Amino acid sequence: MRDELLSAVGLSVQVALLATVLTALVGIPVAYVLARRRFWGHTALDLLVTLPLVLPPTVTGYYLIVLLGRRGVLGAPLYAWTGWSVAFTWVAAVIAATVMAMPLLVRTARAAIESVDADLERAAHTLGRSEWRTALEVTLPLARNGILAGLVLAFARALGEFGATLMLAGNIPGKTATMPLAIYTAVQTGESGAALALVAVLTALSCVVLLVSSRFGTRAA
Amino acid sequence: MTSSGRGRGAPVRRRALAGLAVLLLATSVCGVEATGAQELTLSVAISMKEAVEELGRGFAAGRPGVTLRYNFGASGQLQKQIEAGAPVDLFVSAAARQVDELEKLGLVVPASRRTFARNVLVAIKPADSRVDLAKPADLLDPRVTRVVIGDPRTVPVGQYAQESLRALGLWDRLQPRLVLAENVRQALDYVNRGEVDAGFVYTTDMATRAQGVREAFRPPEDTYQPVVYPVAVVTASRQPALARAFIELLLSREGQAVLARLGFQPPRPGAR
Repeated sequence: MRDELLSAVGLSVQVALLATVLTALVGIPVAYVLARRRFWGHTALDLLVTLPLVLPPTVTGYYLIVLLGRRGVLGAPLYAWTGWSVAFTWVAAVIAATVMAMPLLVRTARAAIESVDADLERAAHTLGRSEWRTALEVTLPLARNGILAGLVLAFARALGEFGATLMLAGNIPGKTATMPLAIYTAVQTGESGAALALVAVLTALSCVVLLVSSRFGTRAA
Repeated sequence: MTSSGRGRGAPVRRRALAGLAVLLLATSVCGVEATGAQELTLSVAISMKEAVEELGRGFAAGRPGVTLRYNFGASGQLQKQIEAGAPVDLFVSAAARQVDELEKLGLVVPASRRTFARNVLVAIKPADSRVDLAKPADLLDPRVTRVVIGDPRTVPVGQYAQESLRALGLWDRLQPRLVLAENVRQALDYVNRGEVDAGFVYTTDMATRAQGVREAFRPPEDTYQPVVYPVAVVTASRQPALARAFIELLLSREGQAVLARLGFQPPRPGAR
């Protein structure tokens, strides 16, 4: 039991950190183009990354199964090719957490980027900077606090993800049972001591995350 | 333009609000009526779903004013719910252990307890599987990367599977391939969807997904405890007489006929 508790905490942190990195790699560019570009499919992209925020996590989880399951749209060719599939692995937990955390980062970062004075970007342009370098050297540094606040929120969301993870990754102790899932199992099996310990750890971690994110929030304002 | 629009809109909106109020009132009246009638809540091992639902339809049809509420799940989960004070009248379990534990806590009525059916453990594979799984040791085939069993802590079919695999000396070697399901129907669904290569369910569950799954093999019956279904009235029930009547139905010739048709075996004579 003790081992399962420790592995749940370790796994959760690992999954949440990786999911945050993935969220940053995908989410920051997406937030930038949503804030600064108008293109065909703008609304569709916005909807796609925001939907997991409003859909029940089980619905998102179901889409992930349809996409990545052994007989899924992408999962079937992957399985045929490599004999490996995502479902029931810790990678599935990372993917589920990434998808669920994405809207929090994209929305926060997009608002921060939109609030950057466009005159400063134009000035950089007239001084001969390409859009790419303007984004990297002017826009993103000025939006830094908003983006960091979004990343912290994304981390918190990834740490707490339950529904989509349960559907795609299952609930395998030591492999995919993150803290929220381990809490669920502990309650189901009547191990209230274990549940309480995990609840305390998760609450403490979430408090830290919120304090850090409000720091960035006030500095951004 | 806007004012005339508003003028036309207001009565419509008022009518809609009135309609909503009537609807709310109607539903709340229905709610009061329902609580006035007799309601029997049954926590049922999910492998018994179809059998209990079918018998329940006849049970309620013959008793006007009686409504049955079902709470399906893994027997271990249902047990913990009753321990936590869930308002349940009758508990149907897929193993003796869960009822034994409730009996020790005084949460079910010992005198009401009956065993009314038996079942058989079976290993299944997806219908399109190309792996030849004819005996337990075939699960060690490297192509079998994932095997689903119910979580042995709460799911009886997982307990039985664990017991059997231990007796067969396969448990430790299969450990890295195991995926744990929350109840037997989730295990069945994982196999049916082809998400795993094999899984353990009851023969009766396999029959509900004849399209998607195939029998692989049946573990020797002397490697696991007999799969029995005990039923008992929950001590806190406010409808004990009605709950006992349902137990009678399960044991009756009619009840046993439905169970036999769905593939369950009758209890051993003299079984408690």
